[in-house]
Amino acid sequence: MSEHVVPIKTYVIIFLALLLGTGVTVWASFADLDFQLSGHTFPGSVIVALVIACTKATLVILFFMHVKYSSRLTWAVVIAGFFWLILLLALTMNDYAFRGLLTYPSQ
Amino acid sequence: MSDNAHTSPAVATHPALQHHFDDMEQQREASSLGMWVFLMTEVMFFGGLFLGYLVYRTSYPGAFAAGSMTLNVTLGAINTAVLIGSSFTMAMAVWSAQMGKRGLLMMFLVLTMVLGTAFLGIKAVEYHEKWETHHVPGKYFQFHEKVPGTDVPADPRNAQIFFFLYFGMTGMHALHMIIGMGIMTYLLITAYQGKYGPDYHTPVENGGLYWHFVDIVWIFLFPLLYLIAHRGGH
Amino acid sequence: MTERHEHVNYLNANYGIRSWLLTTDHKRIAILYLVSITLFFFIGGAMAVLFRLELLTPQSDLVTLDTYNKLFTMHGIMMVFFFLIPSIPAVLGNFLVPMMIGAKDLAFPKINLLSWYIFIAGGALTLYAVIAGGVDTGWTFYTPLSTGFLNTHVITAAVGIFISGFSSILTGLNFIVTIHRMRAPGLTWFRMPLFVWAHYATSIIQILGTPVIAITLLLVGAERLFHVGVFDPNLGGDPVLFQHMFWFYSHPAVYIMILPGMGVISEIVPCFSRKRIFGYSFIAFSSIAIAVFGFLVWGHHMFTAGMSVYAAMVFSILSFLVAIPSAVKVFNWTATMYKGSISYRTPMLYAFGFIGLFTIGGLTGLFLASLGVDVHVHDTYFIIAHFHYIMVGGMVMAYLGGIHFWWPKITGRMYPEGWAKLSALIIFVGFNLTFFPQFILGYMGMPRRYGAYAPEFQVLNVMSTAGASILGIGYLLPMIYLTWSMRYGQRAGDNPFGATGLEWQTASPPPTHNFEHPPIVHSEAYDYEHVEEMPVVG
Repeated sequence: MSEHVVPIKTYVIIFLALLLGTGVTVWASFADLDFQLSGHTFPGSVIVALVIACTKATLVILFFMHVKYSSRLTWAVVIAGFFWLILLLALTMNDYAFRGLLTYPSQ
Repeated sequence: MSDNAHTSPAVATHPALQHHFDDMEQQREASSLGMWVFLMTEVMFFGGLFLGYLVYRTSYPGAFAAGSMTLNVTLGAINTAVLIGSSFTMAMAVWSAQMGKRGLLMMFLVLTMVLGTAFLGIKAVEYHEKWETHHVPGKYFQFHEKVPGTDVPADPRNAQIFFFLYFGMTGMHALHMIIGMGIMTYLLITAYQGKYGPDYHTPVENGGLYWHFVDIVWIFLFPLLYLIAHRGGH
Repeated sequence: MTERHEHVNYLNANYGIRSWLLTTDHKRIAILYLVSITLFFFIGGAMAVLFRLELLTPQSDLVTLDTYNKLFTMHGIMMVFFFLIPSIPAVLGNFLVPMMIGAKDLAFPKINLLSWYIFIAGGALTLYAVIAGGVDTGWTFYTPLSTGFLNTHVITAAVGIFISGFSSILTGLNFIVTIHRMRAPGLTWFRMPLFVWAHYATSIIQILGTPVIAITLLLVGAERLFHVGVFDPNLGGDPVLFQHMFWFYSHPAVYIMILPGMGVISEIVPCFSRKRIFGYSFIAFSSIAIAVFGFLVWGHHMFTAGMSVYAAMVFSILSFLVAIPSAVKVFNWTATMYKGSISYRTPMLYAFGFIGLFTIGGLTGLFLASLGVDVHVHDTYFIIAHFHYIMVGGMVMAYLGGIHFWWPKITGRMYPEGWAKLSALIIFVGFNLTFFPQFILGYMGMPRRYGAYAPEFQVLNVMSTAGASILGIGYLLPMIYLTWSMRYGQRAGDNPFGATGLEWQTASPPPTHNFEHPPIVHSEAYDYEHVEEMPVVG
């Protein structure tokens, strides 16, 4: 299996994309991006920031860390790791988000 | 799966081949997989801190916003750009190793270290400012800001939790950066000694993986810590 | 008994303390771990002796209540972190996994040695905490008790455990890479011994779970040092968050402990039934299923902690589901024995013990998964009995069974069969006498971690202590006869039990590089139809 050499041009494009993402994230925090949906106010800046952060991380992983050109096993390891992190966060917040939803029957 | 019956003599006598591996290919794949598995342990390690952040930010949104407002967005954004740049130079270092260009490899490693040092320097400036304003958790902590967008003073007890997470997460990140600088130093020395070429540069690749990971942690830390509050002043 | 006819093997290849302390041979490292964890086992056991003596009477008369708290805490810490978690992977896994896949060593031999040193460093620091006055928070370090209220050596012990966690991570990392990348030609995943599958699944848990307790312990230390409200409600923190983070690791940790034991049983049962294992792929997949599902159930330790009732229900149903893959294994082992030619050698006796006692422990786990039952028996002796049935009745029996089964391979000597059978029997009797009364005690309402208890519980406590003394004898005997056998035991051939598996195709003890010629695998794992009758040895 010969090693894949990523062209310099690709690295430069990804680098610029990451910088652009950073700029947009900072801009979003100064703009008023809150929006209403079915009675709830959603903090638009935060959502933008997180979506961009996830995109940046994906770009770094795929291109700078060469995962796009790596074996399926590497993909599996990366996906498993982040999936486990989501598990930790989601199942714990499952508790915090639903305190008071049900109660034990009282006497 | 290893293919242990077909190694050519030239490959089998590569000086970096360890005795329990059949060939360089197997060794490289094993090293790479090992580094990836290690990075996933780091994901879970930082993940615990992110969980704490998630729980307390949702519990104390006002105090967290107030604390976040006192952080310097400009310095944070510059640091983000610096780290992204260092990831770029690190990727170029790996490219140089793949192409067998020793001089370029060393140059890009040095550039990565320079940018890493710049990051740590800016962080030191930020920490110092926090120390001056009594925002370091502990005996001397004081917090007198209001919740952004209101006239309500933020609860200093909860703000202290924000700052604990700020120092804890960026501090843990900085510790990993310092270790990364150590790894870069090792790579620089061994690159200078001519240990790497197109047929063997696994330590450079794996060092790169580590460095990019530390960058990714910061990519999440920056918005989560610095950009909680609306800064548009409305 | 002449020694000079011995071939060169990993034991006699080099002499001197340096050749052991600086070894990178996975087999020697396994022996280093064997000695270390045996030491920690007996320290933890000594704690148990003391508090079981105390529990002979309802009053606190042998030790003060503060000392009692320290005894059960240190017993838990020593046993969980410094015996159970490393045990089979670090000893039998280290020794056998490379051999079972036909490799010369693990993927990272120096990291393997490093993991032992890290383990020793963590253990030494924790022992220091014991000697300096102990910790009394319970091995679970619940906050805010552990972070704000006590002046015992919490941070020292926490750092010791933190350090030893890296040993666990490095071992798991080594196994994963080795199993993926270093299998012999022809050894596909589904031809691997189930012992290897078990260690693969265990390694996944070690990799993904241990870092979380690492950061949790650091946060406990930080809260203790800086008085910031991470987990302390007086400072704005949430003690339930600590429990979430702690149990996110510590529940999967119990699967780190039991999965390798199941791997051992999967090797012993086919050999001593002279029959291929029933449902190979079911057992293989169930190991992975246990590893994955094991991460989804941690909330069942927190049903009474103030967690959301909805979340408790979710964790409850997930806890029921995690029992299924374990049950699959028990059925498959039993089916393997059906119409087999059973041989009641010592390893098989331990396997029988495991299957029966693990089943009892597992079924009581289902009782505990039910919210209604758990609310009543949480923090009682019912819980203690439940986990000791699995950990001691299950895991330790599997460990001893594995030690006996592979003893000839590791040392080149047979253990004395008569003494070994007797010890197994003593252990089985002692174990049940110790822990079955505790189910009843818990159901009757005796709380755990109490040095003084209501007088109506005394009779069962006396039974339990009597059982513990028998159990203690049962554990001492193998120490003695196994040590004796290293010098005076009958010399073993390459394959004294007629077992399948690559490790039996090489000499006992093996050469340093494991195989004279790298093996090539043609057949599936438990091909007992084509192996000759078990030789009658020792």
